[in-house]
Parts: sequence; C-alpha cells; structure tokens
Amino acid sequence: MNIIVCISSVPDTTSKIKFNENSEFDSNGIQFIINPYDEFGLTKAVKIKAQVGGTITVVSVGDISSEPVIRKSLAIGADKAIRINANPKDSFETANLISNYLKNIEYDIIIAGRESIDYNGSAVPCMIAEILDIPFINACVGLELNNTGAELVREIDGGKEFISSSLPLIIGGQKGLVEESELLIPNMRGIMQSRTKPLEIIDTENLVNRIKTTNLENPPSKKECKLVEGENVKELIALLQNEAKVI
Amino acid sequence: MSVLVYTENWNSKFRKSTFEAITYAFDLSKMLNTNLIACTSGNIDEEELKKAGKYGVSKIYLINEFKKAQGKEISEAIVNLPEEISHIIFSHTYTAKVLAPRLSIKLNAGLVSNVIGLPEENHPITVKRNAFSSKAIETVVLNSDKSILCISPNSFRVEENPTTIEIESVVNNSESNITVNNQEKTSGKISLSEADIIVSAGRGLKGPENWTMIEELADVLGAATACSKPVSDIGWRPHSEHVGQTGITVAPNLYIAIGISGAIQHLAGVNSSKTIVAINTDPEAPFFKAADYGIVGDAFKVIPELLNELKKQIK
Repeated sequence: MNIIVCISSVPDTTSKIKFNENSEFDSNGIQFIINPYDEFGLTKAVKIKAQVGGTITVVSVGDISSEPVIRKSLAIGADKAIRINANPKDSFETANLISNYLKNIEYDIIIAGRESIDYNGSAVPCMIAEILDIPFINACVGLELNNTGAELVREIDGGKEFISSSLPLIIGGQKGLVEESELLIPNMRGIMQSRTKPLEIIDTENLVNRIKTTNLENPPSKKECKLVEGENVKELIALLQNEAKVI
Repeated sequence: MSVLVYTENWNSKFRKSTFEAITYAFDLSKMLNTNLIACTSGNIDEEELKKAGKYGVSKIYLINEFKKAQGKEISEAIVNLPEEISHIIFSHTYTAKVLAPRLSIKLNAGLVSNVIGLPEENHPITVKRNAFSSKAIETVVLNSDKSILCISPNSFRVEENPTTIEIESVVNNSESNITVNNQEKTSGKISLSEADIIVSAGRGLKGPENWTMIEELADVLGAATACSKPVSDIGWRPHSEHVGQTGITVAPNLYIAIGISGAIQHLAGVNSSKTIVAINTDPEAPFFKAADYGIVGDAFKVIPELLNELKKQIK
C-alpha cells in the first residue's frame, strides 16, 4: 500500500498573528506545527500501515523553514518525505505542484487535511482530485480499506454519509479519522530515526497562480466585555434585546 | 456573461445560506450589469424553485438524475450548462467544498473561499476573506477571467428582489466515481453552521445529564446546541456538536458560551460570531476577553433563572 500524506506547516494555534509593514504575515517568533487536520491523517496512515503494510510518503510544499515539521512527521512514523521547494501563492498553485509530483509516482491513497489553519482555503485536496481524476471524500471521519477499495464516512451539513470508493482516492481528513487521544507523540527512537530517513527536495519553478494577497490585517478589536453584575438575568436579556438586538 | 449562483438544497428545500448566496450574487450581477442565473440538483418541486426568483434569480437550471455523490458529476453538469458564465457564487458549505475547487480547475477560474463581503473592485475582482481561523482579514486580487466566490455562511444579509423566473430541467449524464450507500441525518433540528443563535456548553456542566437545561434554553431561543472539544472528546456530546478548531466553525448572530473557559482553539471556531455571551464561574476565564456580555456566576443557578425569565416573556 503506497500511502501519501500531504502535510502543511502552519503557525501554532496559540500564536498571535501579526503582519509587517508590507501587510505580509510576520513569522518572527512563531512556532510552526503540523496542520492539525493533517496530523489526524498522518496518524491514520500509521495505523493503516500497521494493519496492511506499505510505505508512507509525506509530501509538503514549502521552503526550508518547513523542514522541522516534515522531520516531525518522519518521527511520528512516515517512511520518507518530499519537500517541494516553493512558496505558493494560492491553493491552485499548491494543488498543481503536488499533482505534478504525484503524476509520476505510484499511490493507492492520498490523505490530506480538510483545511489548513492558516489560509483556511479548503480547496487543495479537491483540486488534486480534479487534476488527477480520482475520487475525493471531504470532511472524512472514517476510512476502512477492503479488497476492492475503501469504505468511508464523510460529514455533510446536517449529517453523515457512508461511501464506497475504488482506489486510488484522496480524502480531506479531520478528527474522527482517528481520535485526539490516538494522536502519536514522537518518541526518542522515532526522533533518532527521523534524522536518517530520506527527505528529498524537489526544486521547481513557481507555477501560475490566480490569486494574489494584497493586504492582511487583524480584524477590528472587540470592545470590552460588559459584565452583568449579581447574576442579573433580566439585565442580560434586556441588553440582548435592546442593545445587541439579537433575540 | 452571467453570474451563476449554486442554490444548494437540503431535504428538497433551499437552505438559509442559499438565500444569502442568492442575495450576494444578485448584488454582484447588478454591479456588473448582467443577469443572474442559478443551478441546483435533486428532487425539488416547482414551488421551491420559484423561491429563487423571489430573491432575484431570472433563470434556474434543475439538474436531474441527481446522484448523492455530488462532486464530480454536478461540477460536470454545471460546466455543460448552455450559458456563458463569468462568476459563480456558493455559500461555503461542505457541498461547495466538493464543487467549487473542481469547477475552478475545469473553468480556469480563480477561487476565493470564506468571502465576507462584496468585491471592492470588479476589474480585477478584489475581495475580502477571513484567514488564520478568523484571526485575520485578507484582501485578495484575482488575475483570472472567471471567478468563483464562496461566501461564509451568516456573513451576508438576505434580501428579496422579486424577479420573474424561468425553470429549465437538464439531464445529467455524468457518472459518479463514488457510491453513497447511506445517509444519516443528525438529530438537531437546526444546523449549526446556519443557526442564528447557538447555545454552547463545556465541562463546567459537570456531566451529560445536565444538558437538559441547555437543550431547553436552545428550544426557547430557537437555537442550535453546541459544545466544547473536551465535552465531545469524553463523549458527553456527539462530535458533530464540537465547535472550534478541528470541529465546526460557526458565525451566528448570538453565541452563548456556558461553562466554557475559552481556549484559543475554541475561540478560533466562534470569533466571527456577531455577539458573544459568556457565563462562567471563573472571572479570569479567557472567554470574557472575547465576549460582548458576561455573567460571572454558576450555570446551575443562572441558566434556570434565564429560562424562567425568557419563558415569562414569551407568555
């Protein structure tokens, strides 16, 4: 089983997001992590490999600053990693860079995250499905392989759907694929091994993109919270009715 | 060149977010001085289809031979519509997430998701979107001839623009590449991503048996219920109710957080809410920094009183 896991290096959730004078994201002092949605997928890949055997290849698009996160995914259990050396401007460019690499290798299942927590585009996995002409299951919360393909569960607005698909396929994974408590923390042996596992760098020209960021700013700051004294629910209701006008 | 809005339906009825998308698309079509057409799929009757006209759609295509799988075959059917389309508008739901990226590739169209307002400029399209889990607002410019904009649910108003609507059925010959065997609907009456009001509770409630008052409060307010991550992790509430990063992102008019401390991962999923109320025993709870209104107090005392008062007013 050739398992591909797409990994994005993203700012830790607890980071304060700030921008420089050119309205670009300022990564100074930011801790980078494996995109949480991708981490559920990586853990699922390790479980699949334990069941049926195979190779886990991590694919990530980014410059050298994303290597600590790629090494971490090797320490968690991936066998090898590919870093596509580029700074893509939009989902279209990222999807094309990954698809161009995948076109030349063999794969049975591609596990990506439902969205990344930096630009929240929710588009790359579905674009890859379209480019490679393979099935796509988004918001995937269940994946079991069988002799003919896979049985999957996806969330939709208002419920869940149970799906059969042939391989190869790509999923947009999330919590539910594995539980939070099952997420793997690299142990010392894994960390040692990760240093010698292959990390291949593919140099590429930046491709065509269709979207350019011209400005990034913080949303207007919230005004101070009005505390209602003495657990006075009548006052709270009055505020919600007359001031906020939401009930 | 027309503006096309994908009018999603659920249980054969348009969603609330569908009308937001239509209103957005109508405003855009006026800005561009062009006409607004729509497209939907499934078993949906004429009376419902005509509602799109009430909000400004002049022609709606109903894609027949609907297969539940959606992504591949509906995007193919949209591309095959006998129309010249310059802009496609979606509400950014799970359905949009399996259609819009495919259309973006097929049509060579720039795709922007989480859009929070009408374009500031049209040539080229310049538009604002939420990024960094709503911790930032990003302005993007498209350099493609065609564009696909996915609007954040609950971020745009709904407005009627009565228009005479023409209905046309088209047959979809595309084959699906997956099989949907079964669909399971969640028990909640109101879908979380579309709810105007959400009543959400956390570990402060001490046990799943105490959710009766949360559900009752939601009932009285016509709200959906939600929960924090720890609560869904220990199984007090289903995962589908988990709001926050790794769960669902919501943007209701009113979000009431009861016994939730306000971890940054939770706030990432709710900070686009228009009004936030926090109720917590701990005056230092981070939620009070993100909230508009707060009560420092015991949920077991405050919620029953709140319920009492609201019920009195309804009477």
